Amino acid sequence: MSDDPKPTASPDSPEEMSRRKFFVKMGVGSIAVAAVGTAAFGYEFLSPNVLYEPSPIVDAGKPDRYAPDSVTLDPQTAIYVVRTGEGFFALSAICTHLGCLTAYKPDLGIIACPCHGSKFKKDGVKIEGPAPRPLPWLRMWLNDDGNLLVDRSNAIAIKQLVRV
Amino acid sequence: MAKTIDHLVGQVRENRVWRSIFRSGTGDSNLHRALFVQQNVFLHLFSIKARKRTLEFSATWYLGALTFGTFLILVITGVLLMLYYHPSVPQAYADMKDLQFVVSSGVFLRNLHRWSAHAMVFLVFAHMFKVFYRGAYRPPREFNWIIGVVLLLVTLLLSYTGYLLPWDQLAFWAVTVGSNIASAVPVMGSKIRFLLLGGTAVNANALLRFYVLHCVILPLFAVIFIAVHFWRIRKDGGIYPGESSAEGGAK
Repeated sequence: MSDDPKPTASPDSPEEMSRRKFFVKMGVGSIAVAAVGTAAFGYEFLSPNVLYEPSPIVDAGKPDRYAPDSVTLDPQTAIYVVRTGEGFFALSAICTHLGCLTAYKPDLGIIACPCHGSKFKKDGVKIEGPAPRPLPWLRMWLNDDGNLLVDRSNAIAIKQLVRV
Repeated sequence: MAKTIDHLVGQVRENRVWRSIFRSGTGDSNLHRALFVQQNVFLHLFSIKARKRTLEFSATWYLGALTFGTFLILVITGVLLMLYYHPSVPQAYADMKDLQFVVSSGVFLRNLHRWSAHAMVFLVFAHMFKVFYRGAYRPPREFNWIIGVVLLLVTLLLSYTGYLLPWDQLAFWAVTVGSNIASAVPVMGSKIRFLLLGGTAVNANALLRFYVLHCVILPLFAVIFIAVHFWRIRKDGGIYPGESSAEGGAK
C-alpha cells in the first residue's frame, strides 16, 4: 500500500485541491449562504404581515347628504364626494405629487394642494403644478342600505358616475 | 497651600489604585505624556504628538471638534428626553407638550436638543467646506473624506428621523412628503417606503421605526464612523498642516 507510485495531492496541481483550500472555500461558501439567508430573514422580518391600518372601504353616508353640484372633502379618509347634475363620483384627495392632503376652494371651483401648489379641476384633471397625474377616481357604489361606499385602494380608469 | 495641593495630587497619583488604572506613571517628560495618550482607550484614537500649526484656530476653525461637541450635547439631551417620551400615537404629541410645559427644565432640554441638531447640520457642512477649500481631502486623506460623507448622510438621516417624533402636523406632513420622495427610487421605491414606514401610511408603525432609527441604530452608526474618522486622522499623518508646510510621510 505504501509502495503505490502515484503521488499524493500536491497543493500546486490545478485539478487537486489542498485540504486548506478546501476548508477555506467551504468556510467562505457557508458564510455567503448564511449572509443571503440573513438578508432574506431580515427583509421578511422588517415587512409587517398584518397592518392595523384603517379599512380602505369608506362609508360616505346617504346620497342626499350631499347638495347638488357640491364637492365635499372628508379629511379623515382623504376623499372627495362630488355630486354633479347626473350623479356621484369619488375622488382621492391625496395629491399625486408627494401625498399632501388637497383642499377644495369653493370660490374658485378648483382643488388645490397646500404643499407645492398643484391645482386640479373638480373632476381631478390637473390644471397646473408639479403633480404628475390627475387625482384618481375611486370605485364608488351603493350598498343595500342605500349608503354610498368608496374603495380608496381601487382607482378606476373609466370615469363612471353613480346615479341614484 | 498650592504646595499642599500638589503634594496631595502627587500622593493620589502614586496610589496603587490610581497606578493600576493609569499605568503611564507620573512625570512631565515627553515619554510620560506620550504614554498617557497612547494607553488611554479614548485618547489613543489621536496622535501622541501634533504639529503646533495644526492646533491653531486658522488651520481648522475647530469645526470638526465643534461638530463632535454638538453630537455629545445631542446624545446627553436626547437620552434625557427619552425618559419622558413614549413613541406611540397619540401619546407622543402629549409627551412633547408635557416636556414643554410640565417637566422641569424640559423646555430647556428640548430646545437645546433642537438647536444643537440644527447647529450640527450647519457645522458638518461648514467643516466639509473648510476641508474642501484647504485641499485637506487629498491623498493620503481621501478615504477619511469618504467616511466624512458617510457621517454627513448619518447626520441628515438623524435630522430626518428626529423630525417625526413630536408627532405634530409639521412632522406628519414632512414625513409624508419625505417618504413619498423615497418611493420615487426606481423599481424598489414603494418597497423602500413600505419598509421605512412599516406600513402604507405614516402611522404608529412609522413613528416606532423612526424612533428606533433615531435613538439606537443611527447613533450607533454615528459613533462607529466618528471613531474611525478620528483614528484615520492619526493614521493619515495628523491634521493637514496646509499648503506651505512640508509634509512627512504617512504614519
